[in-house]
Amino acid sequence: MDIQFLYYEDCPSHDEALERLKEVLNEEGVQAEIEIIKVETERQAQELKFIGSPTILIEGQDIVPVPPDSRYYLSCRVYQLEDGRFSPLPSREMIRAGILSNLRMKS
Amino acid sequence: MATLKIGDPVIPFMLPGVDDKEHSLTDYAGAEVLAVIFSCNHCPYVLAWEDRMIQIQADYMDKGVRFVAINSNDVSKYPADSFPNMKRHAAEKDFNFPYLFDESQEIPAAYGATRTPEVFLFDKSRVLQYHGAIDDHYDNPNAVKKQYLRDALDAVLSGKTPTVQETPPVGCTIKWK
Repeated sequence: MDIQFLYYEDCPSHDEALERLKEVLNEEGVQAEIEIIKVETERQAQELKFIGSPTILIEGQDIVPVPPDSRYYLSCRVYQLEDGRFSPLPSREMIRAGILSNLRMKS
Repeated sequence: MATLKIGDPVIPFMLPGVDDKEHSLTDYAGAEVLAVIFSCNHCPYVLAWEDRMIQIQADYMDKGVRFVAINSNDVSKYPADSFPNMKRHAAEKDFNFPYLFDESQEIPAAYGATRTPEVFLFDKSRVLQYHGAIDDHYDNPNAVKKQYLRDALDAVLSGKTPTVQETPPVGCTIKWK
């Protein structure tokens, strides 16, 4: 499984998000190398189509659907959680859904 | 770290609010406690904390506490933080505090603010008594163990010094021009 973790240093939650990703991978018994990409410039954000920090891509697919009119820039990303609250982090269930969706596609 | 230090006097401001009125520090002269909170529309940390900000203001309104939120982000790079979007956001959330726009970015620079949200709490003499985060858990209000802002408000309203006067603000960086 090809996983990319993109982050912007100025957003403080990236360490926690990465930990969360590793924990969920472990819980699902998935062995995967995580490519960690630090997005440092606006140009890089454009090239990577980076909509905010943190972003988790599994086989190039964002774990959360990205609106078509999204801007690419150095910013913290807003996730809307299952209970409707907003958070700077994807929930464990969002991460899990992304992983399981990918596993289903492969099987 | 803030340019303002604990024990320093407030720095005045005069800024337009989403109510289309100019707001100055003197408008809040009657408040027992004034909290200036640097904020914005787009930051997920603000969005995660906002309901708590609204609730705290509601809980302490009758005790003479007044919050003032200030957005000073560069709207050319972050159009979600534009003044029209501020009006929309304040209306959607039914803010119970003024939401002001500092296009010049002079106020956060003077205060030494770096993040959103970031609280500067002043007592009746307008001396800084608490600076930093609202509480210790940006993500989950049910997981909060330390209510920094509430505790500081209780202390200041009782004429005491808050036990915790400074915490690192947690949030998005202020988007400077």
